[in-house]
Parts: sequence; C-alpha cells; structure tokens
Amino acid sequence: MQFTAMILANVEISPGYWRMRLTAPPQFSAAKAGQFVMVRVSGAIDPLLRRPLAIFNLGVHQPPQSGSHAQPCFEMLYRVVGKGTAMLSVLHETDLLDILGPLGSGFELGSINEEKLIVGGGIGLAPLYLLARELVAQGSAVRLFAGGRTRDDILCTTEFERLGVECYTATEDGSLGEQGFVTVALKRRLDLLKGRAALYACGPDGMLAAVAGIAAERKIPCQVSLEGYMACGVGACLGCVAPGRGHGDETPDYRCVCTEGPVFEAADLMWGAQA
Amino acid sequence: MKPDLSVDMSVNLAGIALRNPVMTASGTFGYGEEFVDYVDLLAIGAFVTKGLSLKARAGNPTPRIVETPGGMLNAIGLQNVGIDAFIAKKVPFLRSVNTPAIANFFGDTVDEYAEMAGRLDEIPEVAGLEMNISCPNVKQGGIVFGTDPACAASVVSACRAVTKKPLIVKLSPNVTDIVAMAHACEDAGADSLSLINTLVGMAIDLKKRRPVLANITGGFSGPAIKPIALRMVWQVAKAVKIPVVGIGGIMNATDALEFILACATAVQVGTASFINPGAAQTIAEEMAAWLVANGVADVKSLIGALET
Repeated sequence: MQFTAMILANVEISPGYWRMRLTAPPQFSAAKAGQFVMVRVSGAIDPLLRRPLAIFNLGVHQPPQSGSHAQPCFEMLYRVVGKGTAMLSVLHETDLLDILGPLGSGFELGSINEEKLIVGGGIGLAPLYLLARELVAQGSAVRLFAGGRTRDDILCTTEFERLGVECYTATEDGSLGEQGFVTVALKRRLDLLKGRAALYACGPDGMLAAVAGIAAERKIPCQVSLEGYMACGVGACLGCVAPGRGHGDETPDYRCVCTEGPVFEAADLMWGAQA
Repeated sequence: MKPDLSVDMSVNLAGIALRNPVMTASGTFGYGEEFVDYVDLLAIGAFVTKGLSLKARAGNPTPRIVETPGGMLNAIGLQNVGIDAFIAKKVPFLRSVNTPAIANFFGDTVDEYAEMAGRLDEIPEVAGLEMNISCPNVKQGGIVFGTDPACAASVVSACRAVTKKPLIVKLSPNVTDIVAMAHACEDAGADSLSLINTLVGMAIDLKKRRPVLANITGGFSGPAIKPIALRMVWQVAKAVKIPVVGIGGIMNATDALEFILACATAVQVGTASFINPGAAQTIAEEMAAWLVANGVADVKSLIGALET
C-alpha cells in the first residue's frame, strides 16, 4: 500500500547512522520481520527514485492529545550514504513522507528446537531487530553476532539485550568487542551447538557469502536478507535481481530481490561469482 | 477522483480503441499483473508488456540501475520469460482484464522478429504489437535495426507480412535523423510509431574509478529526457500519416497533455510508474480533470493542437 507517514522521531544513533520513527495506517501492523518500505525522500525529481529501507521495528503510537486514537508506527535504521539519505537525515518530527509498503517476503521463523543465530554487519542490522523480537516471542533461544569496521558501526545491541538476546560483537579495528570478523565467534558458537542451529544474516556481500558458506558446510538452515539497487520495489524494473543457485548463461535464474526476496534461503542463491 | 464522464477521453490508436490516451511503457509495468494492487487497469488506456523474445533471457549482470539527477539509467538487458512462458503464465491474466494489452517484442535477427510477430498474432488476448527496434542495452535485440533506416524497413516489413494486428514500432532517439527512421517504418507497413526509447547514457563512480553499471552504458529515462522526447515526437508526427505514441519523462497530466499537443495520439508512462506505481491512473484522471477545468469536451481535439 502507499501512504503518507508522519515522522515521530529522527535521531542520529551513531556517527552517520540514523533511526526514524513514523506513523502508519492500521493494516501496516501486519508487516513481517524482513519486509521493507520504499521511501520517497522528496516530492521533487532529484532524487527521483524511492529508497528501499528495512522495517526495524513495529510499535503503537499514542498521540499526546486526549481523544486521539492509538495507531501503528514503525521504525527504520538508515546510514547516510548519498543525497537521498542525507535529505532524510535533516527531516524533523511532524514532517511527512510518502511510503510504499510493506514490501517483499519476510523471514521464516522456523522451529523452536534450534538456536537462532542472527548475524548483522553494520546497517545490515536493520531488518534483524524485528526478527529477534518475533523469534523471542515464539520462544526461540536467540543470539546476535554484530560486526562492523569500527565501534560506530555496531548498532542497537542494548535493544537486543533488552529482549534477552545475548550479543557478541566484533570490529575490524578492535575498537569494540573481538578484533576481526564476527564469523569467528559465530563458528565457535556453532561448534558448541553441534548443528542444532539456524542462521539469519544481513550485511555486506562478503559477510553474507561467508555466513552462507558456514551454513552450507555445516548443513544448517540459513536465511539472508539482500540489498539491491532497485527502482520500483514491486517487481517491475528488474533492476535488483540476484543470481539464483542454478543461474547460468543457458539457464537464466535471476531472482527479484524486491518481490521474491529480500529474504532468501542462502542455499537458493549463487554465491561468490557475480553472474 | 473519478474520471468525468462529460469529457471524451477516448482515442483510437491504429485500430485499438483506448478509453483514454494513457498507456504504460514496456519494461516499467511488468506483464500487468504486478500492478493490480496499485492501478485500476480499467482506468488506463492500455498497457504494454515487458519486451518478449523467443527464448527466455537472463538479462545483464548487476548493477543494472543507477539514479541520476532527474532521471535514471537502466541496463536490464531485456530479461524476460520468453514467448512460451508468456503464453502459459501471463496471457491468462490478460484474458481477465478488459483493457487492451500490447505485447512488446524483439529478436536478434529479422527471422526471429518475424517469428515473434507470428506467434503473438495468434494470441487473441494481445490487442496489438509493439516492436522494439531500439533497445540500447544488448548487442543485437534492436539497436542495429533501430539506427539504420534500411534495416528498420526490412524488419518491419517482415513482421508486417505475418500479422494483421496493429503494429507499433518503437523508435530509438539514438539516431541522427529520427524522421528518416519514421518514414522507413511507415513505408514498411507500421500502423503506428512510439517514441522515444531511452537515450544511451553513462554514470561513473569517481571513488572506484569505474562505471556504475555492469553494462558500462545504459538507457537514460525520466523527467530529464522530456524536452528531447517532445521535440522528436513533434518532428515525427508532423512528418508521418500514422498515429504517434509519445513517450519520455511523463510524470504528470501536464507532461502528457504537452505530448498530445505535440501531435501524439496517446502517451506511455514509464519511469513514473517506478516512483508511484499508480502513476498512469493518476495521470489519466488528472488529464480528464484538466479537460473539464479548461472546457475541452474531447481529448482528440487537442491532438496536434499546438500553435506555432
């Protein structure tokens, strides 16, 4: 659906990373973890296209005026990387935004008999908080592995801890948590669990490929949320495709990130070579 | 906003009756079904499918899309399901919709074009054919046919010979003399011309010192190209006797009406559908409202009504 949202908060939570809360119509509360919205940053023609942003959290907004009805609200995390996100970062409470969504597939929550290991790299954490909430709500044991280049790239771990999720952090420069890649701690945990685990990951391509490789090696389920350059978000532009497992010149198998994803079973995708 | 019944928005495009002049452009509207949540298909004139070929095509590697000020570049590479899957999986939807569906198609050779035209001719749910002789993003698949008048004439004649359905030829703007291309297609039997396809463009990532698109170049579309499109539509429509469909950067009813004044019989909304999936319907409704507000009873009276 397409709707006009009012900004309730827009705060820089770490250098270059922002968290925005917006109002939403009643139907929006059915959004699933892993889904995203397309945000029209301005009504002008530059930037022309909407920005795809993951749904970080869902909530209820109780307007301060007495007599006003409570309504759904949602949050997005974004990193200022270009003109569009820079324009988002200067918006204020009560400003309005044109939103299309919720779009795409969500995460499958799976069974509660396996530990859920969530791996987020930098802004890749954005779709994973709502996932953690839903997993905790269904009674799953959940752990978060958050990685980044520096401590500034490690976001919102206290929020996960408040859900009862144990968090491991790793940074490439060692400024927070273990030095190196977060996949090291992930492997240690998997060694302990001896296979009764399911992985969920979102982050840079290198991290996703590493996590998908770990899952394949140990034969455990793994869902990844992909990012793609997209114009429409509704499956028409075919800009955001990712090569599927069987992709080849003679057997085209491109998957649309916006409609078939953004969440995929890692085993359904082709990793490593850009087709 | 409901269209005002007191104004006549209908046009006839080479035998295809359109309830209003607003169509959707190939490659921006999927196969129609992708948009049912956002557009009442009964509120637009017609829709055009993603470009179809004999075999399914994978398209180009990613990145395929990049935004530029006032526009975007795409190098999708004509990814499509192929004619067989189109018939099996997409045509049933067309049957359910009482709005003309126009099948856009292409081939690598004259024979492939003709075979496609023949196959599409047999599908009752297809109201008309739009030949893509102008895709800038693949080596064959169009641009050779789209930039040489003699080649264009040969491929259009070959398709003309195998279909009685209205045959629209989509022209490339990446030529020195678009009027020569238009004449060649008209003489070869085209029933209508649609223009413009995208302009070949390029974007560079300074930090990486690399082109942004994996294909290096891509097709430029969006509001930034509208002045070029208007100029070409005007030049072509003056020069040919067959109806012209105006395409290029149409974002609102004002843009659409400008193309009609420049002698377009109908228009196609493209990139705008990416930004607002309901754009085509909104534009059709706002056009009707403009006619009402300006005392114009029939949109046909505006076709070519530009005063120069």
